Amino acid sequence: MEHKEANLLNESLGLDSNNNFYGRFVLVEDTVDTSAAFVLHHILNRTFSSHPSSSVIFLALSNTFSHYDRILRKIGCNLAAQRDNNRFFFIDLLMLQFPDEGKSKHNGFAAVFEKIETLIKALPQDNMKCVTIMIDDISFLQLAANGSSDHVLDFLHYCYTLTSEYGCAFVALDHRDIYLNEDKPDIILEMEHLADVLVKAEPLATGLAKDVHGQLMVFIKQHGISPVKIHNFHFKIKENSIECFYPGTKI
Amino acid sequence: MAATRSGVSSFSRSVSTGTSRNPGVKHGPNGTTFISSGIPDLDKILGGGYSLGSLVMIMEDAEAPHHMLLLRNFMSQGLLHKQPLLYATSASTDPKGFLGTLPAPASPKEDKTRHLTNEKDLRIAWQYKKYFGDPQLSINSNYGAHHDYCNDFDLRKPLERHFYSGKNADCVSIQDSPNLTSLQDQCAGFLSQFSRNEANISSAGRIAIQSFCSPQCKYANMEWHMLSFIRSLKAMTRSSNAVVVVTFPPSLLSPSCSKRLQHMADTLLSVRAIPDEDKEMARLLTGYQDMVGLLNVHKVARLNTQVPVILEATTFSIKLQKRRYLVLECLNQAPVDGSSGSSYNTSGSCSGSTKAGSLDF
Repeated sequence: MEHKEANLLNESLGLDSNNNFYGRFVLVEDTVDTSAAFVLHHILNRTFSSHPSSSVIFLALSNTFSHYDRILRKIGCNLAAQRDNNRFFFIDLLMLQFPDEGKSKHNGFAAVFEKIETLIKALPQDNMKCVTIMIDDISFLQLAANGSSDHVLDFLHYCYTLTSEYGCAFVALDHRDIYLNEDKPDIILEMEHLADVLVKAEPLATGLAKDVHGQLMVFIKQHGISPVKIHNFHFKIKENSIECFYPGTKI
Repeated sequence: MAATRSGVSSFSRSVSTGTSRNPGVKHGPNGTTFISSGIPDLDKILGGGYSLGSLVMIMEDAEAPHHMLLLRNFMSQGLLHKQPLLYATSASTDPKGFLGTLPAPASPKEDKTRHLTNEKDLRIAWQYKKYFGDPQLSINSNYGAHHDYCNDFDLRKPLERHFYSGKNADCVSIQDSPNLTSLQDQCAGFLSQFSRNEANISSAGRIAIQSFCSPQCKYANMEWHMLSFIRSLKAMTRSSNAVVVVTFPPSLLSPSCSKRLQHMADTLLSVRAIPDEDKEMARLLTGYQDMVGLLNVHKVARLNTQVPVILEATTFSIKLQKRRYLVLECLNQAPVDGSSGSSYNTSGSCSGSTKAGSLDF
């Protein structure tokens, strides 16, 4: 049961008619004014409803399980039940913090990655192809590593390799405006380069409005004739759905 | 019909028991619980107050101490409700002394006269009613109703000593500490009292951190350390019945660091001083003489929901009524041309945001 309003979002993400993200990397970017967390919620819901054997490994750095559980329940997906069915793996990294000295922090990320890999390997053979790995805040990874972008990049690259090794989908959220004034924003640049699908959420240039919560830009890199496919539309977030529409088409 | 009736009654019952058992907390939507910010108008603007488990960040103005108004009322309100408080400051080495400057609740008699004057103002201005906007009117009408939950504070009357002399208030100075590890341990210890296991909320905690990241601290150049501290503080707060209010000077931080802090905040506010003799602004806004500053609401906490809170207006004027009471009002542009009320609000915040540009918001 898909909501009619979300069709535009699905269509632009390339999720209509049983397509999915497996084997691809989706990067979601947002700003202080416009959070794009709803895109993650939408993809989560879509993943669980699209395929009976799909599973999600969720690396939570910014919010608790109960937060996501309540939100997804309103959309129509019971995360607690999925967790009990071993389809939703919630890795709580809220307090993830590596000590400041030497090599130890690298081992920290290695441990997280090992955990992801063992989770995938433990899945039945059929389910292994339908795994989604989701990170709800890349910027917090850098904080956990005391600002070392190299370690974060290593970790993200490792996660990215899973898309080709096991055919997983990799979905990650980052904040665009953090890096605007940095000399060498290597994390965001490299991630944008790797991304197969890039989703950018921005506020309207005219400021906040009740009926339009912001605009989404979706870039899909196609390895064919046309290099990049761009969709641009407005959205309004509701408790149980996302309403998407082209500028000026909403009555 | 019976089903709908029982549905309604069970909803109202849970709300009423929550408020009657503990006057300091109030149930909100999506399973959240509010505690008062100590400013009735701000509670109204935020939809009830600060939600428990949230991190509130206030961006300071380098030129004026308006953030202290918010911080003081927040602390006073907590002490009045006997909610434990942890106060950390990097601005002075005598944090205990600061408690002596907290405002006391206004006495009922004074309050009454205040209501009368309010009504008089309204009667005079009835023809301009549409320019006032709804929030302001409803704020005024609701003063009496929520007195248990939120008090009016008289900024010129110090809080009585017995409220903060007990074990309820902990004070720390972080000016001389080389890093934030000890403060983090203290916060962890404090927050562990309020871990969110029991169904009913017996007590709520408040942590107030003043001028975090100010340059006189020894750790001021360790940006990653400060960011990690705030992050772990946020993570700890999420699972406890407490609210953390942190004020910080964004102009003294690197832009990316300040943006990261803003992303971490659940509720993000900023205060700004207004220049004394800005004739252009004075012509534009009514009541300019009484304003002491402007409050901007950038983000309102949205725990357990994905829907953002969109306010009618995001810029409010901070006024001191009779030099005693803190009042927040929508900006009212002087009625010069005949456009609708809502455009006033937006133009008000537009002029606000151009000002903000120089301050790196």
